[in-house]
Amino acid sequence: MEEMIQAFFNADIARAAMPIVLAGLLNTLLMSLLVVPLGLMGGLALALGAHSRHPLVRWPLMAWVDFFRAFPPLVLLVLLFAGLPFAGLELGGFACVAIAFFLNTGAYYGEILRAGIESIPHGQVEAARSTGLSRLQTTTYIVLPQAVRNVLPDLLSNTLEVVKLTSLGSVVAVPELLYQARQAQSVTYNATPIVMAAVIYFLILWPLVRLLSRLENRALAGRG
Amino acid sequence: MTGWDRFAETFFNAKVMAKYLPDILYGMVVTIELAVLIILSGLFAGLVLALIRSLGVRPLNWLIIFIVDLFRSLPPLVIIVLIYFGLPAAGASPSGFVSTWISLALVLMAFAEEIFWAGITSVPRGQWEAARSTGLSFVQTLLEVVLPQALRLTIAPLTNRTIAITKGTALGTVVAVTEILGQASSAMSNSYNPSPLMMGATAYLVLFLPVVVAARWIETRFAWKR
Repeated sequence: MEEMIQAFFNADIARAAMPIVLAGLLNTLLMSLLVVPLGLMGGLALALGAHSRHPLVRWPLMAWVDFFRAFPPLVLLVLLFAGLPFAGLELGGFACVAIAFFLNTGAYYGEILRAGIESIPHGQVEAARSTGLSRLQTTTYIVLPQAVRNVLPDLLSNTLEVVKLTSLGSVVAVPELLYQARQAQSVTYNATPIVMAAVIYFLILWPLVRLLSRLENRALAGRG
Repeated sequence: MTGWDRFAETFFNAKVMAKYLPDILYGMVVTIELAVLIILSGLFAGLVLALIRSLGVRPLNWLIIFIVDLFRSLPPLVIIVLIYFGLPAAGASPSGFVSTWISLALVLMAFAEEIFWAGITSVPRGQWEAARSTGLSFVQTLLEVVLPQALRLTIAPLTNRTIAITKGTALGTVVAVTEILGQASSAMSNSYNPSPLMMGATAYLVLFLPVVVAARWIETRFAWKR
């Protein structure tokens, strides 16, 4: 038991590693603040396009979404980080993460938002248009607010996944939470820093998980 | 040599591709093995937890909710790293393959439990009462009345979640699992050519694109009626 505590919950190592791990946490938060809006914007563009009635617009966008849903984000990241330099394009780890996430999470957000937009009856669009609202106004003021509300649990759930995915940055040397913890672990030969990282992830994401679980149960109860 | 030729020579080099094709194919087999193990054990464990939760034993339910919340909020890569680099200190040294399997199965278990549980609770209480009043036991009611209806509701969300988590097998490369990405990366550094990586990327598409397209169909077929 004593050995377990020494190996996983070592107070001295925790104290020494704290600044390193907290610096990682800051980067994780900053990364999330960048990639979530980026993904949402990409997703919105995809959703509006995929909702278009023109098949030449719709089908390529649907294929785009499926393509990136089938592609593991880590593979995408490695492709950008290790593959692109062969084409003479060397991006930093952070830029690679931003691009990979934009492509990957954009596809997921796009799929969710498309479902939301399709949940709004077409009669509403017609009614709004007939009162003199422009196409853009109808989308912004009538369709999107309701669409977002209808798929809010899915949007939040995807956001949770995106924040968790930022841990992939550790593979391309972005100094986020997991990377910092692993650095501290390899210096100290002790698992405590990784346990610290896990505890931090849990503490910041648990409220979101609780909220989601409630929203999901409520959504289902309404369907009974 | 035109720019396009040079590009093809670098990224789709026939000689390199022929040399490393067996490695990538071997990686595909490992990925499939890992995926099947994760799906079977994760879904099974999730269903078992949901069934235990339906018994309604308070302290047990709190424990289940905590476990589910824990594995929903931890990034899979953190769990893999913790098991692979941490457990040796506790006297167990799981291989990268086993670490990845256990980690992703736990994550799938957590998500599957939530989905199965949501499905079970979506069956109206009146059906429980009606079934019990006809003389069916609790277990019979659960297995023969509630679950068949609940499972139908869970198919679409479970499919999507299972695909997302199975794609995570690529994370195994961080702990030296010889799956597709691992094979492709080492082939790339051996040949100093990105063609194996392109093959690896293609291998993932060959495996997962049909599944994603099928999931789209399943989603419309078994959609939750709003």
